[in-house]
Amino acid sequence: MNNNYAVEVDHVSMKFNINKEGVDNAKEYFVRLVKHQLHFVEFWALKDISFKVEKGDRVGILGFNGAGKSTLLKVIAGVLKPTQGSVSVKGVVAPMLELGAGFDGNYSGRENVFLYAATMGFSRKFIEKKYDEIVEFAELEEFIDAPLKSYSSGMRARLGFAIATAVKPDVLILDEVLSVGDAAFRAKSQKRIESMMGDGVTVLYVSHSTDKVEEICNKAIILDHGQMIAAGNSVEISKIYQSMTLNK
Amino acid sequence: MGIASAVKNHKDNFMKYRFLLKELVRKNIKLQYRDSFLGMFWTFLQPLLTTIVLVFVFNNIFGRSSNGVGNYTVFLLIGRLLFDFFSQSTKRAMRSIRSNGAMIKKVYVPKYIYPLSQILSTFVTFLISLSVLVVVILFFNITNNNPIHLTWRVVYCVIPVMILFVFSLGVGMFLATVSVFFRDMENLYDVITTLLFYITPIVYNIESLKFASGGIQRVIFKLNPLYGIIGMFRAAVIWGDKFTHYWDMKLMWYSAACSVIALIIGFFVFYKNQDRFILHI
Repeated sequence: MNNNYAVEVDHVSMKFNINKEGVDNAKEYFVRLVKHQLHFVEFWALKDISFKVEKGDRVGILGFNGAGKSTLLKVIAGVLKPTQGSVSVKGVVAPMLELGAGFDGNYSGRENVFLYAATMGFSRKFIEKKYDEIVEFAELEEFIDAPLKSYSSGMRARLGFAIATAVKPDVLILDEVLSVGDAAFRAKSQKRIESMMGDGVTVLYVSHSTDKVEEICNKAIILDHGQMIAAGNSVEISKIYQSMTLNK
Repeated sequence: MGIASAVKNHKDNFMKYRFLLKELVRKNIKLQYRDSFLGMFWTFLQPLLTTIVLVFVFNNIFGRSSNGVGNYTVFLLIGRLLFDFFSQSTKRAMRSIRSNGAMIKKVYVPKYIYPLSQILSTFVTFLISLSVLVVVILFFNITNNNPIHLTWRVVYCVIPVMILFVFSLGVGMFLATVSVFFRDMENLYDVITTLLFYITPIVYNIESLKFASGGIQRVIFKLNPLYGIIGMFRAAVIWGDKFTHYWDMKLMWYSAACSVIALIIGFFVFYKNQDRFILHI
């Protein structure tokens, strides 16, 4: 295994069984089982995807709706286990797909800081040092002891973002442009992400916008119906994707 | 990949997520009584009050349950505390995968963390609730009303507690897996625990039951690992002075073996199916 790779995706395929008839109770299930009418439709969300991302690379993932972009990110983040193939990721991954996925609504903001950080593998002691900075960045000083269920969605997202980016990750997974909070907070979060990129963090960036991909990424791939149809330099790949969009 | 490196991977993964385990245990305990006036005091109050109810019902209304058990209140309290830990922890572990479904779908966390944290947090509240037992024994000994002859053999109660912990973990992991694919299990398990409550000698003494000759029924009762576990705890606390008579070595090995088998089956079934959880929650 080469140590220069931050992410290695090796012949990954992901199959889902889709139950077309919508059998949802035991009686119908057994009736159909006996009659051999139980049909599942196999759906391959990803088909034999392989690529490697070197440390410090910023890879754009382009594709139409339903191309398998989100599934691929979930496989890389470890949430889904691929049906075939394997994925290896080195270091701390910050998936910015679902900010605040580890939050508990009954817990206060303060308690959630430690809980959420723990889902990323950080100890309480370690986060205590970062605590003031997190709360300050999220601009939640006044509300930090209120239960999270009383937060607005913007407040939740701000807190989630502040925790997820408090520690520089090795691999950053971004889905589209982050639109957290108001314009001022967006600018602030944008700046933080950019400074991370400057520090050599590996980035996986999902988007429809070729402009953004060209701006942020140095490499790109295109997914179409679960297959990787192109990979290479982000400028060239963007051109291919633009022509795909026109011909669609 | 060899076994050694697989073990090492698991250990590294556990070390990374041990903070999360700690936070989840803390959360379960903290949230259990949040917003209630008495808060954590309920851990103490709840077993005390329900035991008083049970003593009233079975000692006064139905009578005769207390034949040959020494101090019936202490006898019953021990059975109830241990049984409650088992039924609560397994029930919570069973629901842990589904109730954390939103999180499982979004972030990677080793999935056994969820049932394990439930078993551990229930275990912590169980240990706190053991203080009720201390207070009740003190009450009987100070008022010299049917006192308990405590001896150094009280320390033996650690053995059944450890066996019970392992047993609950195994059963909890198994139930967590089953209930993901077969949701009816959650309703069914309520019925099973009610049945288990009555076939485990908690409110009665098995020796005082009238069985038909041959004793097949008695053997069936004793096959329940909880029987041996609760019996051992009682022997250590209540019968310290006649310890060798009440502490059954065969039952100890039997319940320990049951626990280890439950743990192996529980983890095996869980690991075999955990990658499919996400498709069903």
